[in-house]
Amino acid sequence: MVNSSRTTELRQGVRDVSPIIIGIVPFGLIAGAAGVEAGLSAAQTMGLSIFVFAGASQLAAIELFGQDAGIGLIAITALIINARMMMYSASLAPHVLEFRRRLKLLVTYVLTDQAYALSIARYEQAELGDGQKAWYYLGVALTLWVVWQVTTAIGIMIGAAVPPALQLEFAVPLVFLAILGKSINTTSRQVAAVVGAVVAVLWALLEMQYDLGLLLGGTAGVLAGAVWMLRGPGEQHR
Amino acid sequence: MIADSLVWATIGIIAVGTFAIRGSFIALFSLIDAVPRRVELLLGFVPAAVLAALAVPNIVVADGTLVALSEPRLIAGAIAGGTAVITDNMFTIIAVGMGVLWIVTAVA
Repeated sequence: MVNSSRTTELRQGVRDVSPIIIGIVPFGLIAGAAGVEAGLSAAQTMGLSIFVFAGASQLAAIELFGQDAGIGLIAITALIINARMMMYSASLAPHVLEFRRRLKLLVTYVLTDQAYALSIARYEQAELGDGQKAWYYLGVALTLWVVWQVTTAIGIMIGAAVPPALQLEFAVPLVFLAILGKSINTTSRQVAAVVGAVVAVLWALLEMQYDLGLLLGGTAGVLAGAVWMLRGPGEQHR
Repeated sequence: MIADSLVWATIGIIAVGTFAIRGSFIALFSLIDAVPRRVELLLGFVPAAVLAALAVPNIVVADGTLVALSEPRLIAGAIAGGTAVITDNMFTIIAVGMGVLWIVTAVA
């Protein structure tokens, strides 16, 4: 019984991540193609996908490798882009606290925007046990991992073959939008979303050198939501 | 192009740093074996704030400026957002969003 419900969650995770895959495929192909175009070897390009496994930071690093930037600048730029994942780590922590150590390490390695977004939405929606939570997460995250590695390899071998006119990568923000719709079920969460969006948009408009929009937008949104809940009208705080 | 070994060293630094970022709070809260209540209150706002910060700039900003109201991505995003109010079905929302994107792009 317990096992079957875990399998159910695994399948649910794979099913939920499938629309995201549509948007990830062109992205992965580009990560592969761009690496070899910038002058990295096939192994190095693949190494980025395997060891770093974070698309936006990989593309930024590849771009900088191509420009012969210094390794300090490349590493710092990539890590600043990835700093947003600290928020995911914090947000997921209450759910994975009782996982075995090895499972926590696996959860950590395969943590992505998409795995976080789908899993936290699922955890808030359904009453799940630890095992179910783990299998749902792995259904999402490991599917993404496999697709990312395979598409990187294909991109290295044959280039980014998806016609850009299809704009398939737009599926990814659409998925985030769809999940967002479910998660803004209180006024203070709506405040968090609006402030998060505005700050991230402002940062994008300023075209700052460092891609901190997500971290700053997310942090500002969280603080705004909390202030609204504690001080704002309409909602009483506990 | 910088030397092969330096490329690998850079990939290694990014990989280790990214793993540390991903594991940061999972490790910290595991270490103290709890998530402080005040922190948990804040964490409730992370999905809403982060999802909005992830999605919205991709829809309303292109090349460092706000897109025009006639921009296909904006129209598709708005209609997909409206669809999300009506239904929870992810495939429907994506299908509507991508469909509108292709139609408006073709027409424009």
